[in-house]
Formats: sequence, structure tokens, C-alpha cells
Amino acid sequence: MQHGEPTFQLKNRTLRWVERRLPIFGLIHSSFVAYPTPRNLNYWWTFGGILSFMLVVQIVTGIVLAMHFTPTVDGAFNSVEHIMRDVNYGWLLRYIHANGGSMFFLAAYIHMARGLYYGSHKEPRELLWILGVVIFLLMMATAFMGYVLPWGQMSFWAATVITNLFSAIPIFGNAITQWLWGGYAVDQPLLQRFYSLHYVLPFAIAFVVVLHVWALHVVGQNNPDGIDVKTDKDTVAFTPYASMKDSFALVCFLILTAWFVFYAPNYLGHPDNYIPANPLQTPPHIVPEWYFLPYYAILRAIPNKLLGVVVLFGSIAVLFIVPWLDTSKVRSARYRPLYRWFFWLLVVSVIGLGYLGSKPPEGIYVAAARILTIYYFAHFFVVLPLLGFIETPRPLPSSISEAVLKKKGGAPVTAGGVAAPEGRG
Amino acid sequence: MRILPLLAVASVLAGAHAVLAAEEGQPLPPRQAWTFAGPFGKFDRGQLQRGFKVYREVCGACHGMKLVPFRALTEPGGPGFTEAQARTIAGEYRVTDGPNDRGEMFERPARLSDAIPSPDPNEQAARARFDGALPPDLSVIAKARGYEVGFPGFIFDAFKQYQEAGVDYVAAYLTGYENAPAGTTLAEGTFWSKYFPGHGTAMPPPFQAGQVEYTDGTPATPEQYARDISAFLMWAAEPHLEARKRIGLQVMVFLVIFAGLLYLTKKKIWSRANNHA
Repeated sequence: MQHGEPTFQLKNRTLRWVERRLPIFGLIHSSFVAYPTPRNLNYWWTFGGILSFMLVVQIVTGIVLAMHFTPTVDGAFNSVEHIMRDVNYGWLLRYIHANGGSMFFLAAYIHMARGLYYGSHKEPRELLWILGVVIFLLMMATAFMGYVLPWGQMSFWAATVITNLFSAIPIFGNAITQWLWGGYAVDQPLLQRFYSLHYVLPFAIAFVVVLHVWALHVVGQNNPDGIDVKTDKDTVAFTPYASMKDSFALVCFLILTAWFVFYAPNYLGHPDNYIPANPLQTPPHIVPEWYFLPYYAILRAIPNKLLGVVVLFGSIAVLFIVPWLDTSKVRSARYRPLYRWFFWLLVVSVIGLGYLGSKPPEGIYVAAARILTIYYFAHFFVVLPLLGFIETPRPLPSSISEAVLKKKGGAPVTAGGVAAPEGRG
Repeated sequence: MRILPLLAVASVLAGAHAVLAAEEGQPLPPRQAWTFAGPFGKFDRGQLQRGFKVYREVCGACHGMKLVPFRALTEPGGPGFTEAQARTIAGEYRVTDGPNDRGEMFERPARLSDAIPSPDPNEQAARARFDGALPPDLSVIAKARGYEVGFPGFIFDAFKQYQEAGVDYVAAYLTGYENAPAGTTLAEGTFWSKYFPGHGTAMPPPFQAGQVEYTDGTPATPEQYARDISAFLMWAAEPHLEARKRIGLQVMVFLVIFAGLLYLTKKKIWSRANNHA
């Protein structure tokens, strides 16, 4: 972040006084105004901004909900209903927060898939990618603990299933599980500590997001052609170009969010979570929220509990080493004729695993989940390393501006920045 | 071209689902035309008032609604009772209050601020009355029940804004009693229900024709009772449904216009950049 550029001058004397002692306006200007962005970015690049916005929405609605929530096993369920019925616009806050979590994950999955498709994890953005995976892990922990708070049947049994995973650890398993519970079963201590952690973890996420954006601004954005920025012609200023495009995409995303919040607020949830938690009655099918279903399918595909847990964590841990598993010299799948097929196969496998995670673990569902789990890991450990050697990439354009001109047929262009056709899938 | 693998997987999954749905043999509740469905949905006040009457005279004998206060009966978007009517209704219930200044609990008529009293003082008392079975509290039952739509129906439901799975199930359950099919055995004290998961429900068929008197000319049939009480329970579970859909429309109109303006602005700005490429 190069602050104090010659183009940046403050007119106001007070601001100049502050700037000489703390160059914060220069920092904002160089990071979010003058910051050069590749001119060929498509709409898949707008999800970073969308995610930042959703994080703020979750924190703000969450802080207000916390003012009305009671974290006790006898009070939690009723206090959520109190929010729904008696708190002014409480129903709106809760539905935004609950559906906002889902939309947060939707945006994160798209953001991650975009990174994988265009090779954003590759040199020199490895650390940027790893910070993203750390954010993803924190998100998963936060979302899971948040889902437990209303203390409905699914809350309770999800907490039971997930905390029991740790009992698979040899020798120390039971001790660790009881330590997590703060007792001998899922009960008050667990609810209360989950509430505490659910409140604090989003701020940890916000901190890693700052590192993520910082790292991004050091190495610069990748782009759909996956080639480096060479001259000024390859870039446009963040404001107004990228910021206006991001704003438009954000509002479109909010329309989708509003669809669920106002018209189908319980579509993404499970009816059983409107039944107060009952430790004596197991629901017929315990299922997590939709965004965890692929991992749930992986967990249940493995017959051995310990191995299942290892594979489950492995399915996320593998993301940390993707930058080194991908041996291709070319970043973007646009110029990788084989990789793009495997990429979509991975997307289909993950969606397929999600579907299987919602089904009872029996018969054909388990068999299918095993096949897709094998493909999931094969994609990272076999396909990615091998493709770099056997794939012949298509020739890369010599520069971003050349790639843009070529796509527009060389004529002066009017509607820039529409999503690349291959990006639409 | 890239859609092909998607289609292939989708068709395999759809096939697998069809097979399993047939095996389970549980019929899906029929979808009814509710006035509160869809983006412009509103409750039918008359239906909610009839539904409350059914609750009071039939369901309330065994089921509580402890999250619903009497005042809610007068609030906008609900059954639309006047405050005087709601006071009269509340006055017909007795609640335990106290302790008073002598340290004693006492009974008094319910007020608007009281929740609808449950028929049994606690869970144990209810279970003792019903041979171990517990009639669930009905406050959020319309959202706490549902049925699995399966693939690909659940995708269409997102576009159709289908949020009535619970209320459809409740209405179907209340009238879906049959004689147990030959060759099946029912646990003692249970009744064969077409829609109840596992079929054996502890609740006897609740309605007979003419059991609740309707004064507005609505037919006094079990099917009508089931529809009315289900609609009432949907309101009880989601008392701000009307406000939600009304505000939703305003938000949607604003966002769509805002998105359009942003798109035009963005297009104008980018035409500058593209001409300098």
C-alpha cells in the first residue's frame, strides 16, 4: 500500500493536519480509490466485496439479537420466539441473521470456486489463499455454534453429533469431549460457551479478513486471463470502476437474499429446529444446514468413525496445500482445456455430496457418497498434480489489454466488464 | 457443453430418489390454496377467528399455546378481534398468579397480557393424563412440522416461495385417519394416520361434523375445521407474516430499481474506460 502518492492531495487543513501525523486518508485512497485493478475482471470477482458486506450485516444483526437472547437451556428457545414475536422488527433481524449465514456461505463457495477456476491460489497468491481457508474454517465454526443457540431439536442433536466426533480420538477422546461439553453431556455449559464463542469469533474473522485484503493489495488481484499486470493499460482505478461494479453485484445479491428473508425465510432451515431441544428424543434424521451437507456426506461415507473424522477434516485441510498440488504453470482455466472439465466435475461432485448428505446413510446413497468422496480427494491429490505435466495449455495473450481488445473484436467497446461467457457455467 | 455432466449427475440422483420415495410408501400431504401463501399473501380474518374457535373448543382441551398471549388476538395481521372481544375471551380462562402479599398463589381470570394457559400445569401432568403421550404445544407447530419434498421439487419450491409444508401437513394430518391396512399392527392406544411418520399416532381423530358451531355460514365439516385451525396455527407460528410480506415488497421494489440505476451508472463509467483501452 503506497500512501502519500503525488496524486493524492487533501484540501481541508484539519484533514491535512491529521494526515501528516497518521496517513490514514492516504491509505484509504491508495487502497480503495486509486488502487489499480485488472480491467478484465468479470462478475465472479465481485464476491469478495459481497462477503465483506455480509460479514458486517451478520455482526450488526447479531449484536442486536444478542441484546434479546437468553443463553440458557430453559430460556434460549423461548427468547428466540420472544424476538420473533415481541421485539420490534425482531423477526426481520433474526431472519436476516439466519438466512444471512446461508448467503454468506453461498458467496464464500462461489468466491472459492472462482479462485480455483482462475488459479488465484497460485504463485504469488499462496498466502492470500491460505488466509482465505483460515477464514473459511472460522466461518464454519461460527456458523455451527450459531446454529446451536436457538436450542431446538436440530441445534441440540447437531451439537451432540459434532462434539461426539472428538470422542473418536484414541485414548484422549472421551476426556476431550467432556472438556468441550463442560460436563458429561451436551447441556448448559456447552450452550453458554458456544454463545460466548459465537459472539467473539466473527471479530476473529474480521481480523483475518483484514490480513486477507492486505495480502491481496500487496500481490494484486488475479484476473480471468490469469496473466500478470504489465502496464497501466491493463488496469483501471478501483474507484469508480471496480467499486461501481461491486455495488451493482452486491445489490443483485441482496435481491436474492431478500427473496429468502421476506418470502421463504424457513426454506433453508429445518422444521425440527422449531421443536424445543429434547435430550431424550433423537430426531429421525439429523441433518446439518445445507452448507455443511457435503462434509456430512463425506463423514458418513466412511464406515470407521475415527477414519471418517480424519477424512472429514482432511477434506478441508487439503485446501491449505492446493497451491502446491496444482503443478500447472498456467493460472486460468480459460487456457487449460483439460482442467476446466475437471473443475466442473469437482463442482458437480461437491453438489452431489451435498445432496447425499441430506439423505439417510443407507444403500445407494452411501455407495454414491463413497464414489464422490474418492473423486473429491483424487481431484486434489491426483488430477491437479498430474494435469500440470500432461495438459497442453492454450497460448496466453501477451497482455490483459490485448485480451480485452481481442474479446471485443478490436472495436471500441461500450459495455465492459460483463461476465465472461465461460464464467457463467 | 459444460452442462452435460451436471445433467448426468442430476438424472442419476433423480432416479435414485424416485426409487426410495416409492419404497417408503408415505403419501405426501396435498398442497392447499392458502390465502397467506405467495408474495402478496394475507390471512383471512374470518378463517383465523373460526380457527381460534376450533382451538378453544376442541384442540385446547389437550394442547397448550403458551407462546401466544391474548393481546396477540387483537394485533394487526392477526384474527382481528377487538380489544373488548379479546378481553372477554381472556376472562373465560383462569390463570395462577402470585404470590400475593400473604405469600399465597391465587387464581384470577386471564388478562390480555397473559399467554393462553395450557390445559395441564406441566409436562408430567399431561403425560399422566394421556398414558405417557404428550400433546405438543401448538404455538409454533405450523413451522415445526413439514415433509420432505425431495429432488427436484425442492428446487422449484425455492422459486415458488413454498413455505406452507408445515400447514399443509397439519391440515392433512388432522383429517388423514384411516382404518389400518390389513396385515399391519398398531401399537396399543394409537390410530392409523395416512400422513403421520410411521402411521401410528396417539391422537384420536379430533373432528366430527357439526362439532363446532360456525355462525358465518361456513360449512361445519371436519375438512373445514382442519383448514381453519391450520391457518390459525400458521398465524400463531408466524404472527408477523403479513408485515413481512408487505415490507418485503417495498424492499424488493427498492432493490430492483436501485440495481437498475447502479447498472446504468456502471455501464456509463465503464464505457469511458473501454474507449481508452
